[in-house]
Amino acid sequence: MSETLRFPPVELPPEAEALRADVRRFLEDERRSGRFAPSFEGWGGFSPEFSRAMGERGWIGRTWPTAYGGQNRPPIERYVITEETLAAGAPVRAHWVADRQSGPTILRFGTEAQKRTYLPRIARGECFFCIGMSEPDSGSDLASIRTRARKVDGGWEIEGAKIWTSNAHRCHMMILFARTAAKSEDRHAGVSQFLVDLSAPGITVRPIINLADEHDFNEVVFDRVFVPDDHVVGEIGNGWNQVTSELGYERSGPERWLSSYGVLRDLIDAVGTEPDAKEAEALGRLVAHIATLRRMSISVADMLQQGAAPNVEAALVKDLGTTFEQEVPAVARRLVPQERRSAEFAAMLDRTTLWAPAFSIRGGTREMLRGIIARALGLR
Amino acid sequence: MSEMRALLVETARRAMRAPTDRLWSTLEEAGLTRAAIAEAKGGVGSDFGDWVAILRVVGEEALMAPLAETMLASVMLSEAGLDVPTGKLTLAPVTRGALPTLARAGSGWRLSGATRFVPWAREASFITVVAEFDGRLFVARAGIAGNAVTRAENVAGEPRDEVELDALDVAEAAPAPFPREAPFLLGALARAATMAGALDAVRDLTVRYCGERQQFGRPIGKFQAIQQQVAELAAHVAAAGAAVDAAASAAERAPAPFEIAVAKARASEAAGLVAATAHQVHGAMGFTREHRLNLFTRRLWAWREDFGDECFWWSWLGRIVARRGGDGFWPFLASTDKAAQVPFP
Repeated sequence: MSETLRFPPVELPPEAEALRADVRRFLEDERRSGRFAPSFEGWGGFSPEFSRAMGERGWIGRTWPTAYGGQNRPPIERYVITEETLAAGAPVRAHWVADRQSGPTILRFGTEAQKRTYLPRIARGECFFCIGMSEPDSGSDLASIRTRARKVDGGWEIEGAKIWTSNAHRCHMMILFARTAAKSEDRHAGVSQFLVDLSAPGITVRPIINLADEHDFNEVVFDRVFVPDDHVVGEIGNGWNQVTSELGYERSGPERWLSSYGVLRDLIDAVGTEPDAKEAEALGRLVAHIATLRRMSISVADMLQQGAAPNVEAALVKDLGTTFEQEVPAVARRLVPQERRSAEFAAMLDRTTLWAPAFSIRGGTREMLRGIIARALGLR
Repeated sequence: MSEMRALLVETARRAMRAPTDRLWSTLEEAGLTRAAIAEAKGGVGSDFGDWVAILRVVGEEALMAPLAETMLASVMLSEAGLDVPTGKLTLAPVTRGALPTLARAGSGWRLSGATRFVPWAREASFITVVAEFDGRLFVARAGIAGNAVTRAENVAGEPRDEVELDALDVAEAAPAPFPREAPFLLGALARAATMAGALDAVRDLTVRYCGERQQFGRPIGKFQAIQQQVAELAAHVAAAGAAVDAAASAAERAPAPFEIAVAKARASEAAGLVAATAHQVHGAMGFTREHRLNLFTRRLWAWREDFGDECFWWSWLGRIVARRGGDGFWPFLASTDKAAQVPFP
């Protein structure tokens, strides 16, 4: 058992470190020229201009074949790009989902025509995706979805509703997870994935304002929406396998431990260069955690690079990482009492405090992740 | 893990399971007591990965012998060009306080001072002491006489004796070719590695118990309340192990005070959390002396205190990060040459 859930140390190759320097220089230029302010939004900042600039540099779809607009570079380079942009508070949200998840799904399961149509546009930072999985009655229990795709002449007709769909109101496409056959004993059978153009007739996107007073997620209603046959992703009925193969990408990345990085950075400045014992200990504990999370995250990136499916390791990184993300604002508020907070620090801390509950819910709740870990240990 | 390292680990595990009366001779015959020296020829750190792998097994097996201490003492002696005798060795903890002093006595040497928390002093034939001579750092090797030792134990029942240095017979001494902090850092890495091994063992015991213990007509591992706790336990075990492996890998290339600090802090923090959950899951059974769980949890509690506890290392990490300022933190965290950027603890 001593080999269970190990995270072997991985050193980044020199090319990746050279790329890091390029990315940092670019981010510095963008910031200086005022094209983005290191925001308190974490990876929430949505900027099509910024995404296009990233695309121009070959930093979206980095790992994809050049034939589809990619750079054919190793996944560890994508890792470097993501951690640098997140640490800088750059507005990466527009291209985030497509780069991380939708693109790889199309690359792995899509048809040649789908790859040629969508991947180059994603890589240029021109085509943004959202994920249509959760439904009003199906959250953690994804297999219970009710949105139906019914076979019609030349395609499929979608009827149902998705919810908590981040950025549906400003994305072009959705990868929709829908039921294509009646429920059977095998709960994971009879579901499929579709590429859905969000401008198609019959789609209504309704905003849901979150507790931070922001419009991030939506309800997306499908009223007899037609999706042509050539927009089926992969095989009809294979949706469950396709969706679960995305999880290693979705759960291990730096966005699972850098969401409150802005607070940590400002906290370091707020305690000053000569912290007292209490401040030094509390800050040092966060440093020990983030340093460890980063090594683990790199280790998972390397497992993905080797072609493994580290879903359990990714679940573990997300569980520890999001717990850390929630601890950062909690520690910061105790170390820096209200009267000592600058306006900027207060804004950063307040917003992160409001967002913190989402960290351990989005992308798989803490309880689901721990269930996955427990299963890997043989308890379930 | 490479095939060579896996083989080494298996050899180590077999040797550590030898019967008590033959345990030490078996460890010596397997070459384990000298593993650190051979690897460290030409500088500490030619293969930290192997060294750390053996030390993890020390923790996994709850080894009742001063193997880690003998390895650490051997490295210091061989680095200083002194003889490395066979038999059990120990070392005087290097603390941040005043060092013991070394003085000339005829053609030989004399140590003065007392040192507490010396692991296994009562069984060791020699002790390695980092001491000050004429304003310089020296390494001394001294024979341990019974009357110099006052017995004491840590919370795991492991010997942590007090040694009257004046009463020792100094065999030889030489200038230390390393800074004062080096043995402390090496010790912290070694201790973090044995902790990672003990954490693995606690996780495995807990998972097994979850499958064996039946209540309400099913194994307790089938209850979600238990599953959630054990998953969290496993996550902390994995994090501590990852931090230790990362430190070993960094130390292989250059001095790695930052990575070692992170590893010892992370392992020491995990120790408390993991031991608490493991005991909760094991119920009254785990609270007995007879059950194996306490072999590991008591060591974890004790080892947290060795070579800097988590508060010590957090504090050090917090200070070096604060000094660099908020904008300096990310470039530092992502850099690959941290040793050049930080002062030693």
